[in-house]
Amino acid sequence: MTTQVDDELWSAIGDPSRRRVLDLLVSHGAVSASWLAGHVPFSRQAVSKHLVVLEEAGLVSRRKQGREVLYQVEADRLDQASRAMADLAAQWDRRLAAVKRLAEAAHAETQRKL
Amino acid sequence: MAGLVIEREVLIEAPAEAVWRIVTEPDQMSRWFADRVELVVEPGAHGYMHFGEAGGPVVVETVDPPTRFSFRWNYPLEEEPVLGNSMLVEFTLTPEGEERTRLRVTESGHELRDWPDAEKQRYAGEHQEGWGEFLDRLAGVPAVRQPG
Repeated sequence: MTTQVDDELWSAIGDPSRRRVLDLLVSHGAVSASWLAGHVPFSRQAVSKHLVVLEEAGLVSRRKQGREVLYQVEADRLDQASRAMADLAAQWDRRLAAVKRLAEAAHAETQRKL
Repeated sequence: MAGLVIEREVLIEAPAEAVWRIVTEPDQMSRWFADRVELVVEPGAHGYMHFGEAGGPVVVETVDPPTRFSFRWNYPLEEEPVLGNSMLVEFTLTPEGEERTRLRVTESGHELRDWPDAEKQRYAGEHQEGWGEFLDRLAGVPAVRQPG
């Protein structure tokens, strides 16, 4: 029916705070959890929790650089989320196009009978 | 509550009453939505949508002719559709003159399926804001927008 998306992925991107974290990672590349905490209105602890969820969903990965742990976006997985949303939208476009066709035909039919 | 919302619309050259019939009558719905639709169009009514061999239960939420119609469905799950396990589909019909209707649909709830209850409550309580900038940046997703 559509691109298969696991619930984990939906849940991960369904939370506005996590989208904010993803947002920062998309625009700033690889950054540390403390850097993130300095750029969001929630606690360092919350940032860590969100990073765990994002990592479990495959949207974020981590690497060590010196003594720091840096987080970065997994572009393929993000694309998958994006495609899934686009698929759902396209599916509704098809349904709405069918409603339009049916309603306009029914209306034209009524007009003819008048 | 704001989460992931798919929102689409179309302009139809027909009065709202004509569009309403296509959107809500089960026989008509089976021409654009499911293969077969068993539904009584009354708030709270339970129905079923068949898609080939599969299907899923539906619960009607709002029936306000000829402007608002909404239902919950949770295809392909067989559970009773309630907040948290299902998608809410809302149709809004807005007349534009006598012969034209703007039909808007929103579908929400995809991200809430299969969440632990505590997480859902936290989510519902905390997040009145809509989409962050994040998904706006994703290319090719015009459907995604900030819920009003």
